[in-house]
Amino acid sequence: MKIHLPNSAFLGNIDPFLRGFDPSMPDFLEITANQKWISVHPVVLSMIAALGVSIKASKIRFERLEAKSKHYLLRMGLFKILNVSSDINIVEHEPAGRFIPITQIRTSSELTKFITEMIPLLHLEPEQAKTIGYIVSELGRNVIEHANSMYGAFLCAQYYTKSNTIRIGIADRGVGIKTAINQSYSVKTDLEAIQLALWPGITGTTRREGGTEQNAGAGLFFIKSIAGVNRDFFIIYSGDAFYKLLRKPSTSRLNLRADPFKERHSTDDDLPYWGGTVVGIDINLDQTKEFSFLLDAIRKTYTSAIRERRKSRYRKPRFI
Amino acid sequence: MKHIVIFDRAGAFAENKDVARDIRIKEILPILAQDEEVTLDFDKVDAATQSFVHALISDILRKYGGNTLDHIFFKSCNITVQKIIGIVVEYMQEGMGVEGDQGDGF
Repeated sequence: MKIHLPNSAFLGNIDPFLRGFDPSMPDFLEITANQKWISVHPVVLSMIAALGVSIKASKIRFERLEAKSKHYLLRMGLFKILNVSSDINIVEHEPAGRFIPITQIRTSSELTKFITEMIPLLHLEPEQAKTIGYIVSELGRNVIEHANSMYGAFLCAQYYTKSNTIRIGIADRGVGIKTAINQSYSVKTDLEAIQLALWPGITGTTRREGGTEQNAGAGLFFIKSIAGVNRDFFIIYSGDAFYKLLRKPSTSRLNLRADPFKERHSTDDDLPYWGGTVVGIDINLDQTKEFSFLLDAIRKTYTSAIRERRKSRYRKPRFI
Repeated sequence: MKHIVIFDRAGAFAENKDVARDIRIKEILPILAQDEEVTLDFDKVDAATQSFVHALISDILRKYGGNTLDHIFFKSCNITVQKIIGIVVEYMQEGMGVEGDQGDGF
């Protein structure tokens, strides 16, 4: 496998980075990088960690970094999680208020511990802490419960002062969304699976309305809605498909849609194959809506989606 | 009336679904099975995820129907927690339909 750390890869311009990923030769990982400057979304680092975890350090070739910003990769724990050495020396400071290094989460209790420790580190206002904690919890539990990955989830986050934004990335090398959804549905493509997974009330664990006792099929819809209401980016990549919720203009009305393809979005269904799932999200803290406002919007959309789904199953009169 | 303190089990951010399942199976269901009422006390819980609340009460609503809400009381919920509970209760009842609202009763 080959992956290149570009000069810039954030959710708005991440597409070329994803297209450049080469999944061939899965027992070998070569990481190259822009020689001048590397500025990437945490989701990029989560992906590399997820790729590298199953590969022996001796089979990982990490190109010598020349970029001035190379210390960022060290501070985010990339070399440590890949178990490869680097010649970068920095004085480490306490990470409080700035970033969450790449963390591997395999169990429910590890996730709870991670969230408990993470929220104070980010020094957020209570409303913002609720939003970030919510996102991390739901994304982490999705991996633990549905990905069937022996390596769990790789998660990291970074606070960006200039834009007052928290960017979060999570990646796994599990079964992917299509396999998970196809336990109960019959989808042919990864993109179709992503579309279904983002609908409220759709879960791979059952077709029954309301879900199972442990799963409602609401987690990803909530996360997409949080990004939508806050006018932020959200991406999801699984198999060869990619969905990006685009930022809504500040002048547009905030309407949540049950169908993710009716939101302002872009898709790609011909990307290099990612065996597993990748999710990235930005949360701009300047415009973080109150969580309770967000929940009002979610409730309205969710309930109406179920009602529509039920109505579509009603038997119709036959007029002859 | 039995009283269950959520904070003692799940902390200020109630998100661990395994904990929610344990509360449901080991505490709430046995109380309801004895035709008793139960109070779920969310005092000091700042936030709860939809997944947590779903794991806590959805199966109860499915088994006993919407009428079971006459036997469950949600105490000291802040506005966020109230809304999360409201969403779960609403989509479960919408999903079950009118016939499901009757439930098995007590």
